[in-house]
Amino acid sequence: MWFASPDEVRERLTAVDYLADDGISTSVFLAGALGKPLLTEGPAGVGKTQLAKAVAEATGARLIRLQCYEGLDEARALYEWNYKKQLLRIQADDDAWDDIFSEEFLLERPLLKAIRSDEPTVLLIDETDKADVEVEGLLLEILSDYQITIPELGTISAARKPYVVLTSNATRELSEALKRRCLYLHLDYPTPERERDIVLAQVPGLPGSIAEQLARTVATLRGLELKKSPSIAETIDWAHTLLALGRTELDEAAIGETLGVVLKHNSDQVRAAKELGLPARS
Amino acid sequence: MTPPSLVDRHIGFIHALRQAGLPVSLAEGLDAANALTVIDLAERETLREAYAATLVKRRTHRPGFDALFDLWFPPVVSGSYDSYGSREDAAPDEDKGNLGIDLERAELPELRDRLAELLMGDPGDPAFREFARAMVGRFGRVQAAAGRQSWFSYAVLRALSPDTLVARLLDRTLEARGGLPEKVARQQIRRNIAAFQEAVASDVRRRIAEESGIEKIARTTVKPPIDKIDFLRVTHAELAQLRREVHPLARRLATRLTIKHKLGHRGRLDFRRTVRASLSTGGVPLTTRLRPKRPHKPELVVLCDASDSVATFSHFTLLLTFALREQFTKVRAFAFVDVVDEITKLFSPGADVLDVISRMAKEADIIRFGRTNYGQVFERFAERYPDAIGPKTSLLILGDARSNYQAPAVDTLKRLAGEARHAYWLNPEPRRQWDTGDSVAMAYGAVVPMYECRNVAQLAEFIETLA
Ligand SMILES: Nc1ncnc2c1ncn2[C@@H]1O[C@H](COP(=O)(O)OP(=O)(O)O)[C@@H](O)[C@H]1O
Ligand SMILES: [Mg+2]
Repeated sequence: MWFASPDEVRERLTAVDYLADDGISTSVFLAGALGKPLLTEGPAGVGKTQLAKAVAEATGARLIRLQCYEGLDEARALYEWNYKKQLLRIQADDDAWDDIFSEEFLLERPLLKAIRSDEPTVLLIDETDKADVEVEGLLLEILSDYQITIPELGTISAARKPYVVLTSNATRELSEALKRRCLYLHLDYPTPERERDIVLAQVPGLPGSIAEQLARTVATLRGLELKKSPSIAETIDWAHTLLALGRTELDEAAIGETLGVVLKHNSDQVRAAKELGLPARS
Repeated sequence: MTPPSLVDRHIGFIHALRQAGLPVSLAEGLDAANALTVIDLAERETLREAYAATLVKRRTHRPGFDALFDLWFPPVVSGSYDSYGSREDAAPDEDKGNLGIDLERAELPELRDRLAELLMGDPGDPAFREFARAMVGRFGRVQAAAGRQSWFSYAVLRALSPDTLVARLLDRTLEARGGLPEKVARQQIRRNIAAFQEAVASDVRRRIAEESGIEKIARTTVKPPIDKIDFLRVTHAELAQLRREVHPLARRLATRLTIKHKLGHRGRLDFRRTVRASLSTGGVPLTTRLRPKRPHKPELVVLCDASDSVATFSHFTLLLTFALREQFTKVRAFAFVDVVDEITKLFSPGADVLDVISRMAKEADIIRFGRTNYGQVFERFAERYPDAIGPKTSLLILGDARSNYQAPAVDTLKRLAGEARHAYWLNPEPRRQWDTGDSVAMAYGAVVPMYECRNVAQLAEFIETLA
């Protein structure tokens, strides 16, 4: 049992400074209770990766992470034979042919590692949308029966099912089949009220009034159709910056000075300054 | 009406979701049923999220899901609307937040004061929805037809008129008007007014469902998800929402067009085989590993119809072009109505897309007589920009292929497409309207593969077919 109830999820995640709403606490609870993978989708910087880390931390589980990227293949995701070691062995001993496809020469990659782990494990498959479509087939296979067949070694079944979290920034649709296999949680930019609380949890020492102003200002920026809307991560950076500069209020001067922390594109800064009536910057 | 059992409700709800276009599979229905066995069913928001986690796998389906959930699992059940908040409603202590005001008897000015207060706060506060429900009970019942009454949002909103509270709210929060503080305050108030309108609409639907049955109202409740909204019929309010959908797609389209040219994509796998093979030759690798070639950036030429008949569509095509511009080393963009002009320079890196679209209307020379003339445009294009298309170019044409009965110059298009590496045409009209009236879609489609592209979902599909 991972969690006893959604309420317990909320409490234990709060204890590790991750604030869960109803959607988060219910789906995190169900993923554990039903033994299904949890797919979290949403823009960058809204807490998808952090959620998996927080679940691991809150439950004392081991975290195993598979970071996806274009060109990721089985050798990097699942396992690979240690060919250097194999070569050395063959060169040393011509009769070693039967030995070199054994445990000793196996390089475990995250998926195999998670399947073989005999302690409670959170498997984070991060930014799944960056991997090629074929990788989804591989994931689907493993997330269906939690076993892996290595021709030379046989079939390895999970000693205990890992708690699986997949994330996606939704730069493309993941396949229907994979989505059907998973519970789904869409994470989005939070309401200003929630974002204020998140910032307060993440930035100790920040005055509540600044957190409030930050959250509302960021909400306004998100309404502007920018190239890249500021994420929670950027709100937090912004809070750190203001704190470091010793600002006690988020007035126009303070914003003008620090806008680059939240808006990374020059055209976004120009647009925001124009729309919000900030003094022009060079 | 006796309240339906949980099983009936579950089945009815899933059926309604399917009717509204959510692709709920059998297995997902079972997941939901399983989820119900492990949660506290009395916790309404947990129940909602449990259904959402198991059944709703696309963000764009969530608003429709929520509206239907509110119908199947209403927050309150009306006993008598007249004694609000005293005994019949589901949650016994839910009027705490509105304590001190008798929502049932208070005069309008007092209710407006209360609304103003709520609009300054957090719309997630239970008192907010409770107030909305009470106001529907008081003002929402209207004579619909002779002898028939029904519930309407507009009557509630007219009585309380939240929009006319904005000035008062601004004065109360701000020391002085203007600048950033006003922008921020306005944003907050606007969001809360929208939340109030939605709360009212939701309660209106609930009451209609109680009186005339859920199924009847359910059918009209759910609007198509944003990615199914027709490009040619987009309302102004939906435009901004749609723009957000198109941007990531353009990025994806760019990668797709780029990947097509990649060789040695699975280089690492070859490497493994190489090494394995080398084992049989005593460790001497006979073949060397091939490094994946650097993806070479192809050139892209976009030709887009900017006439009024496809105004909202061309808004997207420009947006698409804009986003593609960031991904390709060499993009040339052309817009046309009856003459064609290059608009590449407007799309300079870092430019603001909304500016570009309004500048194009003013600065580009694309209209002589105002009626689209594809044939003339293709010929002029070939004449004026003979070097635009080369063997490395992908050509993307965006338009409805309606040429006002002018000569279509299919051969010219054929030649242009032949010079390009790939050519694609995206048409925002439904396929069944192709070739009706002045459309020459089939003739053009015979020389450049034409795809129906009426909404974001189809755009996404097109992009996936490029893989
Ligand atoms: N609900 C939350 N509670 C606490 N912190 C959060 C929450 N959501 C996001 N954050 C913060 O935002 C930052 C960015 O989150 P991250 O998980 O990296 O985003 P993503 O994976 O969605 O791109 C994290 O460092 C975390 O501190
Ligand atoms: Mg992440």
